[in-house]
Amino acid sequence: MKFQKRTLGLIIYFILLMLPIYWMLNMSLRTNADILSFFSFYPQNPTLANYIKIFTDPSWYSGYLNSFYYVSMNVVISLVTALPAAYAFSRYSFLGDKHLFFWLLTNRMAPPAVFLLPFFQLYSTFGLIDTHFAVALSHCLFNVPLAVWVLEGFMSGVPREIDEMAYIDGYSFPRFFLTIFTPLIRTGIGVTAFFCFMFSWVELLLARTLTTTAAKPIAAIMTRTVSASGLDWGLLAAAGILTIVPGALVIWFVRNHLAKGFALGRV
Amino acid sequence: MNKWENNKAWFMVIPVFLVVAVSAIIPLMTVVNYSLQDIFGPGQRVFVGLEWYQDALTDPRLHAALNRQLLFSTLVLLIEIPLGILIALMMPKKGWGASLSLVLVALPLLIPWNVIGTIWIIFMRPDIGLLGAAVNGMGIPFDHTASPFAAWVTVMLMEVWHWTPLVVLLAYAGLQAIPDAYFQAARIDGASAWGIFRYIQLPKLRGVLTIAVLLRFMDSFLIYAEPFVLTGGGPGNSTTFLSIYLVKLAVGQFDLGPAAAFSIIYFLIVLLFSWLFYQALLKVGTGDKS
Repeated sequence: MKFQKRTLGLIIYFILLMLPIYWMLNMSLRTNADILSFFSFYPQNPTLANYIKIFTDPSWYSGYLNSFYYVSMNVVISLVTALPAAYAFSRYSFLGDKHLFFWLLTNRMAPPAVFLLPFFQLYSTFGLIDTHFAVALSHCLFNVPLAVWVLEGFMSGVPREIDEMAYIDGYSFPRFFLTIFTPLIRTGIGVTAFFCFMFSWVELLLARTLTTTAAKPIAAIMTRTVSASGLDWGLLAAAGILTIVPGALVIWFVRNHLAKGFALGRV
Repeated sequence: MNKWENNKAWFMVIPVFLVVAVSAIIPLMTVVNYSLQDIFGPGQRVFVGLEWYQDALTDPRLHAALNRQLLFSTLVLLIEIPLGILIALMMPKKGWGASLSLVLVALPLLIPWNVIGTIWIIFMRPDIGLLGAAVNGMGIPFDHTASPFAAWVTVMLMEVWHWTPLVVLLAYAGLQAIPDAYFQAARIDGASAWGIFRYIQLPKLRGVLTIAVLLRFMDSFLIYAEPFVLTGGGPGNSTTFLSIYLVKLAVGQFDLGPAAAFSIIYFLIVLLFSWLFYQALLKVGTGDKS
């Protein structure tokens, strides 16, 4: 009985959650004139014209590739730098540790609007404007602190006796970290990788400011659907549906890490 | 919490420090620099001291925007945190149901923010939008471009729809990380579902919930693209949140100095509240520790 009530609640939530996305899917399969002229629960004259335009026009599909390049770079940089730092914060006390830990998070607290200009100046000084690396590095500003915080939380959940026992057994630190510790917190790594991917994927202001053509992200290209004749809703909806796909694939790949959870007693 | 004393741990933190500091410190100094000057054009600037700060602190429109922002963020936290925990508790723990739930729940998070606003514009349209047509079809006049109340309801709905999944994912991962032994022990003791939640799950979730509360607070306090696209800050000024007002000031009036001073004050407000939340959540934890 309890199980059924719980499942019912979940199903209702998911239906509500999917409604706006269903509406986007519905619009993406209709032409713009069709969308604006009448209300319809489903596409009555379904057309793939919007998707065909995106897949055949390089200025559209290159946006997805650009976003994908810098987001991947960002996820790798964030995880590689954050893993040792999070371990240090969760296991050791050192000079200024608490202040440094909170300072990291303060980098997510500045309103971006006015900061865009100095960002542009800084990255043009280094000649990095319009490169994928520039966007990946600038997104570290909000992703690395998040990665450190989330990973630290998961690492603190692992009893320290595990570290001690591994050292007694003669494991070196790198070997312990890679073969024992990392598998123990794989849930946390999965969540962190997904969050870094997600925040970098949807960020618009920095990515748009630091790029002109060669590394322009898809979110910026989508703002072009506003033209003199108004918004092309169908094209925008199709592009929106396609922006969901890569992230959905990422979460599909990390789902086992999320779902299997904490396997205590592996050591 | 007696951690190992070891200052060499700094070497593990240095990469993070460098990667973040590059993008953090120089732009912040530049904005502080702007905020103390009156800038007429390239090379033409006058030092004005704290004048812009005084102006900003006495600006009644800024106070109104701040009040709106505080109300908005409070509502966001009150709705999204409990709802997120509830959904995470309801989600299956293993099998295909768990995989499907995870993928579905993450979908709204993956849409670029400007697109979210655009999709909700049409979703709420009384003539061709699903929710707009449904609500108006029930005989309730609902137009987020005309009524401030409807605009608030729409922005809140969009916000809860978009961001509750973040809380769900964090809480779900936190729940998964609780070893089964805890539940077995509780079952032997004959604990009720509420007892298990209150004394096992909730204390174990403290870490991830601290992150969830801080993230939701910061991001909702800085929210810009979604409400701006959806309502443009209107009708009137009813949904002009702090960052929308800031952009109006910075872009609309080409006033870099006052906008920079505003940004610094804005940053300090977020910092103050986040710090208070952080301290409060740390205290809650020590009280619950068994």
